[in-house]
Amino acid sequence: MQDLREITKTIRRDIIEMIYSAGSGHPGGSLSLAEIFSVLYFGHMKHDPNDPVMPDRDRLILSKGHAAPVLYSALARSGYFDPEYLKTLRKTESFLEGHPAVKTPGVEVGTGSLGQGLSVGCGVALSFKKRKTPQKVYVILGDGELQEGQNWEAFMFAGHNRLNNLITVIDLNDLQIDGKVTEVNSIEPVADKIRAFKWNFELIDGHDIAQIKAAFEKAAASDRPFAVIAKTVKGKGVSFMEDRAEWHGKPLSKGDYEKAMAELI
Amino acid sequence: MNGREKVANRFGYTDALLDLIAKDSNVIVLDADLAKSTTTSRIKDKYPDNFIDVGIAEQNLVGIAAGLSLNGHVPFASTYAAFIAGRAFDQIRTTVCYSNLNVKLAGMHTGITVGADGPTHQMLEDIALMRVLPNMVVLNPCDVNEAYNATIAAYEHKGPVYIRFVREASPVLTSCDEYFVIGKAKVVRCGKDITVVTSGQILSNVIEAADKLEKTGFDIEIINVHTIKPLDINCLAESVRKTGKLIVVDEHQIHGGLGSAVFEALALENIQYKAGIIAVNDTFLTSGHPGELMEKYGFSSDSIVEKIKAFFL
Repeated sequence: MQDLREITKTIRRDIIEMIYSAGSGHPGGSLSLAEIFSVLYFGHMKHDPNDPVMPDRDRLILSKGHAAPVLYSALARSGYFDPEYLKTLRKTESFLEGHPAVKTPGVEVGTGSLGQGLSVGCGVALSFKKRKTPQKVYVILGDGELQEGQNWEAFMFAGHNRLNNLITVIDLNDLQIDGKVTEVNSIEPVADKIRAFKWNFELIDGHDIAQIKAAFEKAAASDRPFAVIAKTVKGKGVSFMEDRAEWHGKPLSKGDYEKAMAELI
Repeated sequence: MNGREKVANRFGYTDALLDLIAKDSNVIVLDADLAKSTTTSRIKDKYPDNFIDVGIAEQNLVGIAAGLSLNGHVPFASTYAAFIAGRAFDQIRTTVCYSNLNVKLAGMHTGITVGADGPTHQMLEDIALMRVLPNMVVLNPCDVNEAYNATIAAYEHKGPVYIRFVREASPVLTSCDEYFVIGKAKVVRCGKDITVVTSGQILSNVIEAADKLEKTGFDIEIINVHTIKPLDINCLAESVRKTGKLIVVDEHQIHGGLGSAVFEALALENIQYKAGIIAVNDTFLTSGHPGELMEKYGFSSDSIVEKIKAFFL
């Protein structure tokens, strides 16, 4: 297995390359997920890039669809398609849409309108339960996204139905487009809310690969649905993007691009 | 059929679901706390493993249905049309239709005859909302048997389908063994003077109106458009070419419903014709007895007769 730290760096470089060549996209919330996607796609999840619809695969739903670049990089680097193709992000004839779409090999469902992925994850988890199959479904949520009420319908349903094959990652970077989540409309205390909805959870540093792995192992043995609440830094790895709300969805100038790539060696 | 027996067409929905589950355990019926009203409690009673009540959470209802479909289950998400087509529109658009998922949506209690519950529950905008969505099929059965056939057809179709139902018992106009093909309109009565296009339970009032008009010398052709999308434009165009006169009777808002669908499509055909539409005229209704409301808003058979005469005389 490749070194996950190297893969994480490659993913971050891909994200910058893709968004620079597209001329638009969402670097901040993609960079914050690089370690988590490395762990999921390079060792943790059961999946087969040569058979994207393998029936017994685990499923991943990127509910915060604007982080599509991190997903596309993880898919390409694990072998679903040629990494060279990443440069076609957001181009007219590309299968790499601005937000995830089912035409991309490895994408399970289209997302982009926030707050909808966890419900879909509930349905997949329920379907696995009905078929008595052992797979897991992973749903990646943003923290700002938790302001969408539908998430709480889904948290309630999953807790009530003990969907312990449903695992969510909450990318807690405390930034949304209009500023800090805690200032725009705070979702805290997240962990207390999750607990109240009858989920188990683990609070981790979302950039610490060992903590991420340990959390997913704990999630796999959980008797309840499980939330990995990952404290992250939006824009992680690129100094001038880190913890800056304006880098949620800003294109990169040539200078930005060169500076970012120089940092990601 | 004799047209006298009355049954609420939502029973056709659950009759079909019971038959489908007996053959295919992948069929899962979902409801949002209205199982008695929608009649999906019949599934819960007989096949509890094939039934899920998500509680009062329609956005989650649609999302869960989408997730079930991703693993090969065939979900039928059922609740009042106001709450599924209306409240969960974005979930239907972005999660279900964009990914072309095999999700079936049942919108119950549409139209005027919801009656006493009033405008919050009298869904009159659902056809407009659902028919604009890419990949979506929109069915509007006229009676309990057509509801049965529509539900079976929805199951056999791969992709999203919206089926529209009503609360009140309505006359049985068709039989279960009539053919039902998505996208194929039915000429219910042949005539040469005026084409009347309609859909859903209001068909029975249209038939009554046609009977009355025939006594005054009009030969009415009635077309039942049980599939609003995809629309059977060939059938409609052929009829209008023959009669040169068209009335659309639509128990829905005037904007965006069957009338809009028919006139949009006919605008691309090279036909000269006179036309009128009987629909709800861009207003919210009131609470009231279903029969009184049908009269008040111009959908009784007598009102239809008067309006058709006014259009063409």
